[in-house]
Parts: sequence; C-alpha cells; structure tokens
Amino acid sequence: MPRRVSLFVPCFVDQLLPEVAVDTVKVLRRVGCEVEFPEDQTCCGQPAFNTGYWNDARPCAENFLRVFQNAEVVVCPSGSCPTMVRMFYPELLSSSPLRADAIALGQRTYELSEFLVKVAGVTDVGASFPHTVTYHASCHGLRELQLRDEPVQLLRNVKGLKLMEMARFDECCGFGGTFATKFESISIAMGTSKAENVTATGAEFLTAIDSSCLLHIQGILGRSGAPARTIHLASILAQDEP
Amino acid sequence: MSATAAQRFLQDAAVKSADLVHRGIILHGLESYDAAHLRGRARFKDWEAARQKCQEIKQEAINHLDRYLLQFEEKVTSRGGHVFWAANAEEACKYVVDLASRCGVRTVVKSKSMVTEEIYLSPALEKAGIKVWETDLGEFIVQLRNEPPYHIVTPAMHLNRRQISELFREKIGADIEGDDPSRLVTAARLWLRRAFFAAEMGISGANFLVADSGVIAISTNEGNGRLCTSVPRIHVAVTGIEKVIPRLEDLAVLWPVLATSGTGQPITTYSTLIGGPRRPGEPDGPEEFHVVLVDNGRSQLLADAEQREVLHCIRCGACLNICPVYRHIGGHTYGTTYPGPIGSVLTPHLSGIREFQHLSYASSLCGACTSVCPVKINLHHHLLYNRRNATTEGGTKFTERIGFRAWRYTMLHPRIYAFAGWLGRAALRVLYGVGLAGSILDPMRMWNRRRSPVPLPSESFRARWRKGLAAK
Repeated sequence: MPRRVSLFVPCFVDQLLPEVAVDTVKVLRRVGCEVEFPEDQTCCGQPAFNTGYWNDARPCAENFLRVFQNAEVVVCPSGSCPTMVRMFYPELLSSSPLRADAIALGQRTYELSEFLVKVAGVTDVGASFPHTVTYHASCHGLRELQLRDEPVQLLRNVKGLKLMEMARFDECCGFGGTFATKFESISIAMGTSKAENVTATGAEFLTAIDSSCLLHIQGILGRSGAPARTIHLASILAQDEP
Repeated sequence: MSATAAQRFLQDAAVKSADLVHRGIILHGLESYDAAHLRGRARFKDWEAARQKCQEIKQEAINHLDRYLLQFEEKVTSRGGHVFWAANAEEACKYVVDLASRCGVRTVVKSKSMVTEEIYLSPALEKAGIKVWETDLGEFIVQLRNEPPYHIVTPAMHLNRRQISELFREKIGADIEGDDPSRLVTAARLWLRRAFFAAEMGISGANFLVADSGVIAISTNEGNGRLCTSVPRIHVAVTGIEKVIPRLEDLAVLWPVLATSGTGQPITTYSTLIGGPRRPGEPDGPEEFHVVLVDNGRSQLLADAEQREVLHCIRCGACLNICPVYRHIGGHTYGTTYPGPIGSVLTPHLSGIREFQHLSYASSLCGACTSVCPVKINLHHHLLYNRRNATTEGGTKFTERIGFRAWRYTMLHPRIYAFAGWLGRAALRVLYGVGLAGSILDPMRMWNRRRSPVPLPSESFRARWRKGLAAK
C-alpha cells in the first residue's frame, strides 16, 4: 500500500466545503497514509472543458500535471474531478506532448473510496456513525470510474450506521456543473425528484462521494424544509467512536 | 435565430418540468418500460456481448457505407424495385410527391417512420392535395392532435386513456363510452381500415436495409406496417442511408436487441422483410416498390471521424427512456424531430449547431444514455464534442468567453485564486448577512434563487492546511 498520498482537493471544496477535505485527511491518516497537499493546485479544468472551452481548460490540465508529476498516488474526495483527469485529460491533451504523462497520472489518480478499497485494501476504516443513512451514486463515479460497490462497502462497515436503500439511487440528481444554473428549472426538477426519493427512505442523512451533488440536493432539501441532511462520505468515515 | 429555438426550449422546459400531472404520466409509462427492459436484458445469455456485436455490425456498415448501399441498390433494382438517392429533405419529398401525382394517388397510408417526420413528408403530400393517414396507433393519435411524435418509439406516451377517448370522440366521431383501451383500439382500427383499402400508396420507414439480400427489415407491433406495405398499389420506403447493414444474418442479433431496447420485447410482434414489388404468380403485394435513401446531412457526419459513430443509432429510444432530463421535460420541449440524448447529439449536425447548440448543453452529462445504448454510442461524450464545436463555430456569448478567460487566469495563479476565493466569500457573507442571497445583486443568484445559499466558511481548506493541519 502506498504510504505517501498527494491530496487533490476540488476547488469548490477548498473554497466552500473545507470540512470535507479536512475529514479526508483524517481518514487517510487513520489508515496509515502520510498526506501531502501540493499548494499550487487549483482547478482541474472541468468547468471550462464541460462548457466547451477546451483552450481554457488545457492550461489548467497542464498545471495539474506539473503540480502532481511526482506524486506516488493522488487521492480526491470526489468522483468527478478524477474522472476529468483519468477519462478526459488524454482527450483534451490528444495533440500535446504531455498526453502520455496525463494517461500515466490518470492511472494513479483515485477517488477516495476507490483508493481505500481497491488500492489500500481497506473496507473498514474504524468509523462510527449511529444514524440512518441513504446513498446516492454520483454519475461520474458510477458510470465513468465504474465505482458501484466501493462506497457502499465502506458504509456497511461503519459502526452503528444503518444503510437505507433509495429508489433510483443511481439516477442523476441534476447538478451537472454549469447545467445547474444554465438550465435552472430542469436541474431543480431533477433535484426535487431526488430529494423526494431521499425523504421517502426516512433516512437522517444522504451521503455521496461528490460534494457537488450533495450541495445541490442539500440546497433543495433545505428550501423544502425536509428533515434529511447531506454529509460527504469522507465526513462519515472520519467520525470516531463516540 | 439561435435565440428563438433556445429561448423556446428554456420556456417550455420551465413549464414542463413543473407540470406534475405530465411527470406522473411519463413516469408511470417509463416505470413499466424500465421493468420490461430489465427483464428483456436478462433473457440474453450475455447482454454486453450482444451490444458489442451490434456495435461491430454497425461500425462495419458505416465504415463501408458506400459499398453496402450500392450492393443494396443493385439487389433491389434487379427485382424490379426503384431506389432514389435524396441528398436532402426537399429532394426526397419531391420524389414522393411527384410519384404520387404521376400515379393519381389521392390517399396515402403511413406506417411509423421518423425519417418522414425529419423531412416533413406528410405536409408536402398534403400540400399537393393528398390525404395522409398515420396508421401506427400512437402516430394516429398525435396526428389527430396535430402534434409531432412525443417519443421516437412511443409517440403518444404523454397522453392518458381519458385524453385519447375525448380526442376520438371529438375528431373521428367515435361513439365510445368511458376509456376502455380495447374500445379505443377498435375505434381506431375501424377508422383506419377504411383508409388502408382506399389508399393507393403506402409509405413505410425501414429499421434496417440488408445489403447482401437487398431487402428492407421492418419491426412493428400492430400489423399496420404489413397492411401499408402490401395493400396499396405502390409501396414507398423512406429511410436514412445509415440504416444499411451488411448481412441478413446480422438481424439475428439486431432484431432482438432493437426490440429489447425499444420495448423490452424478445422480438417485435411483426418482423417483416420486403425485397421488391409483387412478382408474377404472387397473390398480393404492391405493383411498385420504391426506396428513398435520405442523406439530409448524414454524409457530413460520416466525414467527421470523431463523431461518425452517431450514425450507428438504430432509433430504439432507450436513451430517451432512461434520460432524467427527458423524464422531466418530455419529448415536445426539445422542439426537434429526434428528442432526448440522441436528438441533442444529432440535431446540431442535421439542422445546424448555431440554432441547436443549446441542446448539447441541456444535459447533466450523467451518462445514463451511454450505459443503455444497444450499439454503444458514447452519447454523453458526443455532447462534449458538440459543446466544444459550439464554442469554436457556434458563436457563444461574449460574456461567457471573457468569463472563462478570467477564470483560466485565476486558476493558473494559485495566489490570485486563493485571494479571489477569500474576497468572494467575505463579500458574499456581507451580502447574505443582509438577506440578499438569491437576489438580483447576488452573483450566485442562479444557484441560490431556488436552493438554500451556498456555505461561506471563513477559511478555505488551504488556509487550514497552512495553519497546522499539515503538521499533524
């Protein structure tokens, strides 16, 4: 198991949800990793890439490759940002001399649960969270990185946690990056359907591997006055014995 | 131009996505589809291998389209059929209208065909004074409502029994009590039977054109396709050039995969192969058989190596059914012949990226479409290619271009990024502190307007890392 992990924090998590990254550090350290945070990292370039501005995304990708070039493994509390690196950098840099580096780095860039289960071989991080929880499978993790069981395996081993299955748990919540604001009404409708499914489980918490989905769903749950709250997977895994 | 289609889309999307009655009907229909689709896939020993095989067949066909189309033409012609190559919608319509006029056709019966919708064939025929009847039940219903199909496989899925019953009473004077489906079907059947026997021309689409045997393959469930293609004196099949497949044996996998993806059936009720007009000694069949091969932008897509595989589509509708955007806004909102993911990918190519680029953006890129596509088209990645093409060819908004330029500058300068983040949060905290979150003054308005406001912590993660988290 790699001892030294380079932490890749999604830019909006860095700015708006620092607790998620703090909890990620806690979990990684608990399973025996030494964590470094390269401070020159910013954004992986996905917002520009997804909006079609590949020329603006490309320098961000190049910056990312520079910042993490010496990393043994890169771990990120998100499925979406590693998808950008692993699945889309080779495409974005298709005519760049950096393409081979991008492919190589993509192979050692992991989403948190993917790293814990597949690389570190850990399915029980020794966490305790005595609550009812339901799980939303974020799209990029599920369909790009093929992470179907990893987050659930970790949740099953959290002491006191009761996992409630949600209807259409693998249907998109409607976040979708700039889609959330460009097509506000569709995004809200999709999020409302998701929030209804969350509420129907009766769970206290909704968890996922991506803060973006959770921020969107929390925004809708909060507005509707529904009791369920959202919590990132890392924050559940970071909970110690009471 | 670009504003109108996009603006109309936004307006209609806002209305439909808030229409809970509409959503109820759609979800009810799609839930039974979901179950049937799942059961259907389970009937395959190896569904993924079947998808793989279908992809390979279509890839071979599309990569050698020229050869297979010529082979198909030769076979059809040798049996006395006619093949017309239409470069665009206008040529295709003109051929059919001229043929109908020449032969004194006054009534046309149609079986379901999306290509005829794409080229607006029915309006062209009606303009020439020819009466056209759609004979697929769903198509018949939307024709009576003067609407385009809502879905490429199930055109009237947005309507419930009660609405259809009222429609039949009003439009075809059907004497129906209540909304019992079998009575509704009987009413339509009685009406259409007259049309079948009055029509001098039947128009069909084709699900596949089989090159090695020169036959068209049609999958239907109501039997109307067989009546359309065998009762009238003339049969015209109108189809896209991408429908060709190399061999008859390819149908052994394509037919069940199409049926499973479309409706969950093992195979459609009627699977028909047609190779030409009635031959001497045959008791039935049309005297004339015409195939209209429609290009209408397809060759241009064929020339695009990156996106050529979009032509693999067999129009099963699976991507529409699973799409959460389609489920929330419905088929008519797209304002295009082909709605849903495949429509959002294809329409900018067929009808212009300037006018229809918004469709490529109207997706959360969740990839559910790609996961079900039976010919493995990477649909959501094609949306990304379309978006990229839109920024270079489509004329994007000036403010957006400048915005991303500034964003890029910020992201390439970590200190500026950190400072901008700190400043932004501080400013928004003041704004939200006086209750202006989501107001017109809020730069995050489009996020905050209908969601609770984003959190604004006093410290970023990197600040906390520096302050001691790093050392622990």
